[in-house]
Amino acid sequence: MMDISDDVLRDLHRRMVRIRQFEEGAGKLAEQAKLPGFLHLYVGEEAVAAGACAALTDEDQITSTHRGHGHLVAKGGDFRRMMAELMGRATGYCKGKGGSMHISDLSLGMLGANGIVGAGTPIAVGAAFANRYRDNGKVALAFFGDGATNIGAFHEAANMACALHLPIVFMCENNGYGEFTPREKTMAITDVVDRAAGYGMPGVIVDGMDAVAVYEAAVEAVARARAGDGPTMIEAKTYRYYNHHGVQNMGVQYRTDDEIEAWKKRDPISGLEARMAELGVMSADDATAVWAEVEAELGDAVQFAEDSPFPEPEALLSDVYTVMEGAAR
Amino acid sequence: MTTMVEAINAALRDSLADDEKVLVFGQDVGRLGGVFRVTDGLQDRFGPNRCFDTPLAESAIVGTAIGLAMRGFRPVPEIQFDGFSYPAFEQIISHLAKLRNRTRGAITLPITLRIPSHGGVGAIEHHSESPETYFVHTAGLKVVTPATPADAYSLLRESISSDDPIVFLEPKRRYYSTIDLELPVTTEPIGRAVIRRSGTDATLVGYGPSTGIALDAADAAADEGISLEVIDLRSLVPLDIHTVVESVRRTGRCVIVHEAARTLGMGAELAALVQEHAFYDLEAPVLRATGFDTPNPPPRLEHHWLPDIDRVLDCVEQTMAHR
Ligand SMILES: Cc1ncc(C[n+]2csc(CCOP(=O)(O)OP(=O)(O)O)c2C)c(N)n1
Ligand SMILES: [Mg+2]
Repeated sequence: MMDISDDVLRDLHRRMVRIRQFEEGAGKLAEQAKLPGFLHLYVGEEAVAAGACAALTDEDQITSTHRGHGHLVAKGGDFRRMMAELMGRATGYCKGKGGSMHISDLSLGMLGANGIVGAGTPIAVGAAFANRYRDNGKVALAFFGDGATNIGAFHEAANMACALHLPIVFMCENNGYGEFTPREKTMAITDVVDRAAGYGMPGVIVDGMDAVAVYEAAVEAVARARAGDGPTMIEAKTYRYYNHHGVQNMGVQYRTDDEIEAWKKRDPISGLEARMAELGVMSADDATAVWAEVEAELGDAVQFAEDSPFPEPEALLSDVYTVMEGAAR
Repeated sequence: MTTMVEAINAALRDSLADDEKVLVFGQDVGRLGGVFRVTDGLQDRFGPNRCFDTPLAESAIVGTAIGLAMRGFRPVPEIQFDGFSYPAFEQIISHLAKLRNRTRGAITLPITLRIPSHGGVGAIEHHSESPETYFVHTAGLKVVTPATPADAYSLLRESISSDDPIVFLEPKRRYYSTIDLELPVTTEPIGRAVIRRSGTDATLVGYGPSTGIALDAADAAADEGISLEVIDLRSLVPLDIHTVVESVRRTGRCVIVHEAARTLGMGAELAALVQEHAFYDLEAPVLRATGFDTPNPPPRLEHHWLPDIDRVLDCVEQTMAHR
């Protein structure tokens, strides 16, 4: 066990509360039909993004997924620009032209959410290669789901990263499902991390409902990468509380209420709050204050987004090329 | 009342019932019945060997279909959304399309690759794409594009019983609109375009999701006293250029409508063929009402991007200005 400082605990707590509130807020807006497009909520999985990103610096890079809000929030994403993007406003991260699955923030080393499952992992390998080439001591971390490990892109990336001994962490968020199909129907192994050995990297399983456990594993993996000791795979066992996309189930019972309730009992945020209270690091009032602060931040972001204009139709034609000579097509 | 989803479901069901070599598979098509409910009830009825879920692995889905076809099956795999066909591109382009020619006819691949495609559902890039040009450009694939529930049923049944590999592009924006329709139904065969509306002033050519746009535009034009003929191509390979040329010979004007980006879209090929075969009958240049040469837009801007009645009628007006 690592010695975890009080500040780290507070930091993990805050990151998780920011994710939870952002996601609950986004879910509400979606139900009011204020968010167009697909919305894949991260609620329940907060400990993974919080623990992993707390082990990184701003200069380290992450690649994200279709379920990516939590990753960006944990990396320090700006609520205003995120919410504006989700609401399709010109002040959003992608000028309102991308939406939930397209956000990136290079200033935070966030190389992008991705609507194509598995597509982020090879990109993280490229970022890790750049780090090694520059010998800058930085690390890339790829977030991906259990389902993503069934597609070729993941395997190509894992093999290449190990063959080239790159400074990278493969962070698997195993929530037991890919869309509506349970993991056991799509792979013959129970632990995704079993795949790590096949590529020649160590694999670690952590409780994805425990931000401290994720943090400890991530710190160790990041240290290995920084020291030039190559990739690590971490598998965080976690769960999403809501539907694959949106909030409500599509009327198809693919998970039992008992299963959902059992995971909710292990909620990562209340779990950490209880632990911090026990340690005397955070009183109930302190916790309430954090929630209130984040709620204000969220309220401000929603207001900002609602006050922002939609992009002009002409915006459709820009940002395709840096320069386009000759006749417009 | 029948929707296109129900028509496709019925075509799959009837094909599964008629031929035990037919297999239906893809992501979430089994237990769930598909994210669009297209395969609803099929696993219950035919069992998990004939309708099954696959892992998230598009390349393996298509490759598996090829192996099954080589061993005597008639696979009907689903790719969940247009943009997810790209991870399978290699299997589709290099093997599905080419194995028959590569083996000098020794191997046939009776595979129907269903892909819910095109925009208009408020999704985004990857979930709203019009990939037809890639497939049309690749010899060895047939590309079928129903616009109506009746055609969805009939063309899918014909595709499944065909011995050639077929990319079957379903216009997901038309999935849930209802019409009166008795199933089973047999419509014109693959390779035959249909005149959906007769007219005399100009010919509109559409397929899949754009046939409906062309028909709406023709309705609007009729109010202004302009008579537009609307042709629904129904399949892009084989392409019934004859019906298009015949029509253009009568009307002298042609506007092609598709959602796909303009450059090297179907419109480019059609314009080339029309001028080749009907040059002296043309009163005006062939025009295209299409999506723009940009990635697919986000939901809130999509209606500016997709060709609509106005974009079609602008083109019609331009062609009518040539006297
Ligand atoms: C290449 C590709 N195929 C299919 C999809 C459709 N899809 C979106 S999310 C998803 C499941 C992903 O599962 P997992 O990686 O476990 O992530 P989770 O949603 O559970 O967080 C699927 C099949 C996609 N986006 N990309
Ligand atoms: Mg999953």
